Amino acid sequence: MNSLYKYILRIADDSLILGQRLSELCGHGPIIEEDIALTNIALDLIGQATSLYEYAAIVGGEGKTADDIAFLRFEREYVNVLLVEQPNGDFGMTIARQWFFDSFRVLFYDAMLESTDQQLAAIAEKSLKETKYHWKHSSEWLVRLGDGTDESHDRVQTAINYLHRYVDELFFMDEVDTALITEGIAVDLASLKVAFDAKTSEVMEMATLSFPTNNWKQVGGRVGKHTEHLGHILSELQYMQRAYPNMEW
Amino acid sequence: MKEINMTALEQLFQAKIEKDIKIEPKDWMPEAYRKTLIRQISQHAHSEIIGMLPEGNWITRAPNLRRKAVLLAKVQDEAGHGQYLYSAMETLGESRDKSMADLISGKAKYSSIFNYPTLSWADIGAVGWLVDGAAIMNQVALCRTSYGPYARAMVRICKEESFHQRQGFEIMCTLMKGSKEQREMAQDAMNRFWWPSLMMFGPSDADSTHSQQSIDWKVKRYTNDELRQSFINASVPQAELIGLTIPDKDLKWNEAKGGYDFGPIDWEEFRQVISGNGPCNAERIAARKQADDNGQWVREAASAFAEKRSAKKAS
Repeated sequence: MNSLYKYILRIADDSLILGQRLSELCGHGPIIEEDIALTNIALDLIGQATSLYEYAAIVGGEGKTADDIAFLRFEREYVNVLLVEQPNGDFGMTIARQWFFDSFRVLFYDAMLESTDQQLAAIAEKSLKETKYHWKHSSEWLVRLGDGTDESHDRVQTAINYLHRYVDELFFMDEVDTALITEGIAVDLASLKVAFDAKTSEVMEMATLSFPTNNWKQVGGRVGKHTEHLGHILSELQYMQRAYPNMEW
Repeated sequence: MKEINMTALEQLFQAKIEKDIKIEPKDWMPEAYRKTLIRQISQHAHSEIIGMLPEGNWITRAPNLRRKAVLLAKVQDEAGHGQYLYSAMETLGESRDKSMADLISGKAKYSSIFNYPTLSWADIGAVGWLVDGAAIMNQVALCRTSYGPYARAMVRICKEESFHQRQGFEIMCTLMKGSKEQREMAQDAMNRFWWPSLMMFGPSDADSTHSQQSIDWKVKRYTNDELRQSFINASVPQAELIGLTIPDKDLKWNEAKGGYDFGPIDWEEFRQVISGNGPCNAERIAARKQADDNGQWVREAASAFAEKRSAKKAS
């Protein structure tokens, strides 16, 4: 498969898997307003994933549909970052995971507006608008929980400490990216790092939270080496397609 | 006798009802009218919130991207309906917290249908088509209910519900056009959801304790049996159109009444389900309680934060 196909899948799988995770929460939110908000974010992410898989289907050129690509790969063929497959945990964990991801995605889509690939630029434009709302939502909650009660502060700090190891992978690049960056198609993720650090530090300060001193990083998702969580996510996601192959729904 | 004893306020209230002028939150209303509405609107709101659970059960397993997105949107709509129904209820002086606590304690009721499990993807079609279809019959009538905020909430809700019903029917159509397994899945869902859907309209008029007063107040515009009959008359041709069999051997068109005759409803099952013994009552309440318990620290944090902010502003 060519680099562009692999590149699109990385973006699409991040959206799909996080959307799938958030879908698990539907009907179980801490207040109705958050049930609405989290479901809405899940819906946006599934929508973004759909546009990306549709494009991947064209670029892949093997006659596969967006659904084939989304539902019928094996675990090692999914290339989302490890961050998005982490369990929802408590609301602090859900918000911290979302906030790390949104902080990255806002910068990422903003840079992708300049892509020489018109399809990617168009997807970025639509997705950026949605992601700015997601980021505003997750940032406000991070601050509210961080600077709320002692309990909420501890819970969300624990979530930050746990998830921080997965954040660096958002900036993972390899040969898939290199050629595409030269062509002006892909975003040079290294160029976003300074802005990301500034953007996240600012919110963390408002939330009276701190990054953990243990800087150990976990990577692997981008090359299909996942945590044990992904297999279980896929067993739900793929259930119908695997149990009833080749049918219209 | 009754009219002679009416106070001037009561007379004014009754005159408005008779002239189809909406009752608004600041208007005087009989205490029993207020209580009836609180009960009905909160039950309706709870039904929306509990109703998210059986459908939410299939979001992560929806068969393709489009179905997943549509189902997410539908369940999100239901949360929205719950939210503005609770707001309509709050205009009558009842708090959302108290109402939620009544739901969790089992004191408050919600639609019996959501105590049935969704066991296959076809159940999502059946719920959309039959359950939302039955709900629409009720809700269209409620757009003309006498209490203003409730009627206005209903107008908005009905628009979304009719989209929900169409998507449910479309799932069933797709299944009936599909493989043998898919057709069997659809028929099985139909068999399980038909009778519980008929029960959604509540006890027959002869046994309904709240009906007549609610009709007089124009809170309800049609009786349970009238709505049930309309629902059956609308649904049978839809089922036939796509090749589904209605699981009722007594179902027969009655030319004279211009509607279908149908077999006896198992009211004992209905009574059991509404008194807590349905297949999923315990799970539904447990899920709500768990969400509420897990959310306690979040709500506390939000209030603490809001207080800190307003204290900062004040200083």
